Amino acid sequence: MKKVQHSWHDTAFSNVTRTFSFLVFSLLAAIMFSLVYGSQETLAKYGLSFLWTNEWDPVQAEFGALVPILGTLLTSFVALLIAIPVSFGIAIFLTELAPGWLRRPIGTAIEMLAAIPSIIYGMWGLFVFVPFFQEYVQPSLIQALSPIPFIGWMFSGAPFGIGIFTAGLILAIMVIPFIAAVMRDVFELVPPLLKESAYGLGSSTWEVMWKVVLPFTRSGVIGGIMLGLGRALGETMAVTFVIGNAFRMPQSFFAPGNSIASALANEFNEAAGMQKSALIELGLILFLITTVVLALAKMMLMRMDRAEGKKT
Amino acid sequence: MLKRSLVKLSVALALGMTAFASQAVDITGAGATFPFPIYAKWAADYKAASGKAVNYQSIGSGGGVQQITAKTVDFGATDDPMSGEQLEKLGLLQFPAVIGGTVPVVNVEGVQSGQLKLTGALVADIYLGKIKRWNDPAIQSLNADVKLPAADIIVVHRSDGSGTTFGWTNYLSKVSPDWKAKVGEGKAVKWPAGQGGKGNEGVAAYVKQLKNSIGYVEFAYAKQNGLAWTQLSNMDGKFVQPELKAFAAAAANAKWDSAPGMGVVLTEQPGAESWPVTSATFILLYKEQIKPENGKATVAFFDFAFAKGAEAAAAMDYVPLPAVVTDQIRAKWKADLKAGGKPLLD
Repeated sequence: MKKVQHSWHDTAFSNVTRTFSFLVFSLLAAIMFSLVYGSQETLAKYGLSFLWTNEWDPVQAEFGALVPILGTLLTSFVALLIAIPVSFGIAIFLTELAPGWLRRPIGTAIEMLAAIPSIIYGMWGLFVFVPFFQEYVQPSLIQALSPIPFIGWMFSGAPFGIGIFTAGLILAIMVIPFIAAVMRDVFELVPPLLKESAYGLGSSTWEVMWKVVLPFTRSGVIGGIMLGLGRALGETMAVTFVIGNAFRMPQSFFAPGNSIASALANEFNEAAGMQKSALIELGLILFLITTVVLALAKMMLMRMDRAEGKKT
Repeated sequence: MLKRSLVKLSVALALGMTAFASQAVDITGAGATFPFPIYAKWAADYKAASGKAVNYQSIGSGGGVQQITAKTVDFGATDDPMSGEQLEKLGLLQFPAVIGGTVPVVNVEGVQSGQLKLTGALVADIYLGKIKRWNDPAIQSLNADVKLPAADIIVVHRSDGSGTTFGWTNYLSKVSPDWKAKVGEGKAVKWPAGQGGKGNEGVAAYVKQLKNSIGYVEFAYAKQNGLAWTQLSNMDGKFVQPELKAFAAAAANAKWDSAPGMGVVLTEQPGAESWPVTSATFILLYKEQIKPENGKATVAFFDFAFAKGAEAAAAMDYVPLPAVVTDQIRAKWKADLKAGGKPLLD
């Protein structure tokens, strides 16, 4: 039965909220349209092959997006690889293992990490972390890891200090607060009865976390990871400082590379003509990558819920 | 009664403010990071002398050209002179402002400023990635007195569109046919090796932070950041230190009328004392000024810089333009700058 509207307040309210929702939607469509419009030169010239061409020559006006796309994906991959276990550990510690008086300070410290502006991370990375990493940590890492067969080539090369791995590491530090905060919040929502039943049956803390808490909070955890991934994919200034800005295929994780956001930050200022179109198309590709990642996350969650019988 | 007088007072004040505002015009410029230190000093001196502000954003030569094309700034600055057709097409007037030198800087343990000797061909090979280690015989043979480490050379270049890069790659193209064939010259090129920093400031920061690195920056940045510069061999085969008299020796040969818009390139100039990577840096102004007040203020600023800024420039190791050149420039302003069809300057 249709709701009867009693006064003009209700009508106005519903219309205003409807306008806001459509505004957001039309803004999204407008951005998408301007990205496609701005990149029509390179779309016409290269078509789909722009995605896998390895070329960035402003003198000859030949462009290809392979290196920035690869750099974005690699740095985000490294960031998540480091951030997920660490955040998981932080969240478990905060919910299960820490004594009561310690929970507040650590929780606040994590939230403060999230509040630091990203350019400060870039500066800290370049001026403090990189020299330390280049001199003390990287040579030993390279010596230890490069002889390993099959994966050793991923860790070989000269100790530059900056590169894909350093950028990924700094991104990891930036996304840990987000993922850890979300994980901690969802872990606290688990009904104590569920956990205590498991403990009562003789499970260890690890078994309770892995077999009871995680399955229960699965969608929240994945949501938190997607939040972190979204931040890592788009992060500009912190990555630009330490990724090396080199439009060449990175030969190992320690080599310099480029990400879409840092390529845009470096070159957009003075780009014109074909180069500008190539950069706008890079922006469009990043937009699509983020959308695809979010869509995949949603699909994964729906499939898991369906398997559990929650949705049909 | 009170309300009416209050209204009158506020209207009078507002009108008075606008009259005030029309006299103190702030001019904005954007472009090359190469001359940013001296432009900033000139702007500070000009403000102290006349109270007028000049706001210069160092975003790179490419950015300068883009902004003046988009008419968002009063003047653009570029180290890469525009071609005659470009200047004609956009209706721009180009003139040089100051001359400076680009120097290679290194961060190698034990190597002091001005100690290392390099030739242009060697530098080109390093930037091509052909010479990979510091103790390569090609480098060591020139520097028998320096102990070079057996470490990989970390090459640093510019990641943005840069007139400094144009001067550097123009020089490398002149001294290395291999470089000319493989890479060429330009404000942004396809670098075969190394990593990119944003602006002269970015390259200086990288070379300072990364051990065993080599980069190229305008001389003022090398001094300000305490980086170790190297000697280079010039066209006459002599090794020269980068310093004011070396830049001036290279600039002494300039034939200012040989290129449109006085856009001479000063790399690899003859002379036993010439620094091989000297560049002039240029200012771009619209010939037809749509905001005559801003045009006049811009010209007044550069007039001040030419008349009174020579000492400040020399103190930072930039070569000020000789009087015969600045007279030529002033004549061009009178002849070419117009506002609404009439000459801008009277």
